[in-house]
Amino acid sequence: MSEILTKSRARNVFYGGSLFFVVVFVAMTAHSHRYIVKTSTAGMELTDAVRLGKHVWERHSCINCHTLHGEGAYFAPEVGNVMTRWGVLDDAEGAYEMLNGWMEAQPSGVEGRRQMPHFEITEEEMRGLAEFLRWADQTDTQNWPPNDAG
Amino acid sequence: MKYQSQKVAYAYFMVAMGLFAIQVLGGLLAGWIYVWPNTLSELLPFNIVRMLHTNALIVWLLLGFFGAAYYLVPEESERELFSVKLAYIQLAILVVGTLGAVGSYLVGIHGGREFLEQPLWVKFGILVAAVIFLVNISLTVLAGRKTAITNILLMGLWLLSLLWVFAFINPDNLSLDKMYWWFVVHLWVEATWELVMAAILGYLMLKLTGVDREVVEKWLYVIVALALFSGILGTGHHFFWIGTPGYWQWIGSIFSTLEVIPFFAMMSFAFVMVWKGRKNHPNKAALLWSLGASTVAFFGAGVWGFLHTLHGVNYYTHGTQITAAHGHLAFYGAYVAMNLAMFTYAMPHLRNRDPYNQVLNMASFWLMTGGMAFMTFVLTFAGTIQTHMQRIVGDYYMDVQDQLGLFYLMRLGSGAVVVLGALLFIYATVVVRREVIKPGPAAVPGE
Ligand code: HEM
Ligand code: HEM
Ligand SMILES: [Fe+2]
Repeated sequence: MSEILTKSRARNVFYGGSLFFVVVFVAMTAHSHRYIVKTSTAGMELTDAVRLGKHVWERHSCINCHTLHGEGAYFAPEVGNVMTRWGVLDDAEGAYEMLNGWMEAQPSGVEGRRQMPHFEITEEEMRGLAEFLRWADQTDTQNWPPNDAG
Repeated sequence: MKYQSQKVAYAYFMVAMGLFAIQVLGGLLAGWIYVWPNTLSELLPFNIVRMLHTNALIVWLLLGFFGAAYYLVPEESERELFSVKLAYIQLAILVVGTLGAVGSYLVGIHGGREFLEQPLWVKFGILVAAVIFLVNISLTVLAGRKTAITNILLMGLWLLSLLWVFAFINPDNLSLDKMYWWFVVHLWVEATWELVMAAILGYLMLKLTGVDREVVEKWLYVIVALALFSGILGTGHHFFWIGTPGYWQWIGSIFSTLEVIPFFAMMSFAFVMVWKGRKNHPNKAALLWSLGASTVAFFGAGVWGFLHTLHGVNYYTHGTQITAAHGHLAFYGAYVAMNLAMFTYAMPHLRNRDPYNQVLNMASFWLMTGGMAFMTFVLTFAGTIQTHMQRIVGDYYMDVQDQLGLFYLMRLGSGAVVVLGALLFIYATVVVRREVIKPGPAAVPGE
């Protein structure tokens, strides 16, 4: 192997091959970007309320307890399909009512049960958060999760 | 230590070890909260604890890489660093940024993308520090001898810094946000950091085994080629269920399976070099960490990664404790242990003393590695039960978690062992001044 594979040949294969895979990867992500915008998330408009909701989600770092589309922490339930679980995916008002009721009731204070903190969230923000979760839930995620348990 | 400027690595390693202690203590607290969930629930909720745990990890690993570069580049390039002052300024920026981030997390100011929660000014600080670092190291390398080790190290560090730009890009569209988020997370640990790891491993093998540079360097190019050829398209294993097209299921499954090969190659490389090497280097602890790191990396990243990387499997295991099991062993083997190997090798030179405190150091290796392995096993069991009950039977998340208490208790126990090992490592490296047992017959002094 030592005659065929010299050090400089190995180096050139490394540079050339890596460049090739970078180009393929960039082309595929460009296509995926289009696909996300035009197809998989096109089921519901990305409104200002959804945007606001995403900021609220981030400001409180919900991702460090929950998963969203299966990514995040594993301390608390999946929320990418919570609106389906609650049966309010197509009902903006009902989604807000359910979410608001849930958030108001936290922390439960039950001994030995994982606690979700209480967050200071205005009504407008809460409506945004509900819209954000409805928006996330309608994304085409290739049929994931396998069932409503998330 | 041949060059005076290598000394800056000392400050980097010390700060890194401080953060390492914070990281594992944070992990222990997180593991504690899993078992006794009412602990601190109002003062310091789980999400903040977890953020401290993961962020401390990432920052100390990066500090370790920077320190390793400052240590090995002068030797490889055969000249002093371009600027020692810049290196200290860079460290100061990173320390201020880290303290700032910790302070703001504690008062509830943080971002909301996992691992990238740092406030914007801290992200900029990291960017500035990275630029200073790249300038400093690149000017040193360009002016001196060029080797495959510095070449690969620099390429890894340049690319990982470039990818940091995606930490600033946060689209309103959640699926786009997720797709670009992986440009930082996956393309760090499964592409660019692998280059850094391979370069450090190559350097250690060169020093510890005395094998020919030609041989080491050829291996290195093969390893990093395998890493990037598989790892770049391997990103697809995160694009199964986040709104990205279906073709990623096959691309991601196939290429991420191939990612096992470079980790296998790194492990084989380490063992073959030790086998072939003639040198009997006295720093046995550094050798243990180098072999241990490449072996545990193969199991954590390679075996535990493959366990859930095929899309047919990942459909059920995605986002369960299986992921946590893999994340722990992979990070530990590939990056924690490799950094500790470098610290173990370099610290005696940096502190200018010969005894290596090898007994305590090696004991800490077994404590930490045993603890992490046990943690990985119990989380894998917990994850298997969770996958079955929640994803197949369809039981509600919280009900399933209630069944897993015993595993979380054992995870906490193994975490305590890891903390003990980590503190022992720091003690052996920083405090002890004498070897605790007498060395055997004289060994051939190494470099
Ligand atoms: C004292 C030992 C440790 C304990 C008890 C511990 C515990 C934990 C806990 C409870 C979580 C949160 C899991 C969740 O989201 O539900 C976590 C996350 C994490 N820890 Fe640790 N940890 C320890 C050591 C380490 C070490 C040594 C590393 C690095 C090698 C590490 C890397 C991580 C990473 C990367 C995550 C995020 C995982 C993911 O998102 O999948 N931890 N840890
Ligand atoms: C040293 C290298 C590696 C490190 C440090 C690492 C670390 C991690 C971490 C921390 C996560 C969780 C990310 C999150 O929070 O969502 C993760 C996820 C994952 N890793 Fe790795 N990994 C490595 C290599 C690999 C390899 C080589 C494979 C495949 C053979 C692999 C397969 C996966 C898969 C499939 C997931 C997604 C799990 C899920 O669906 O929940 N990893 N990795
Ligand atoms: Fe990955």
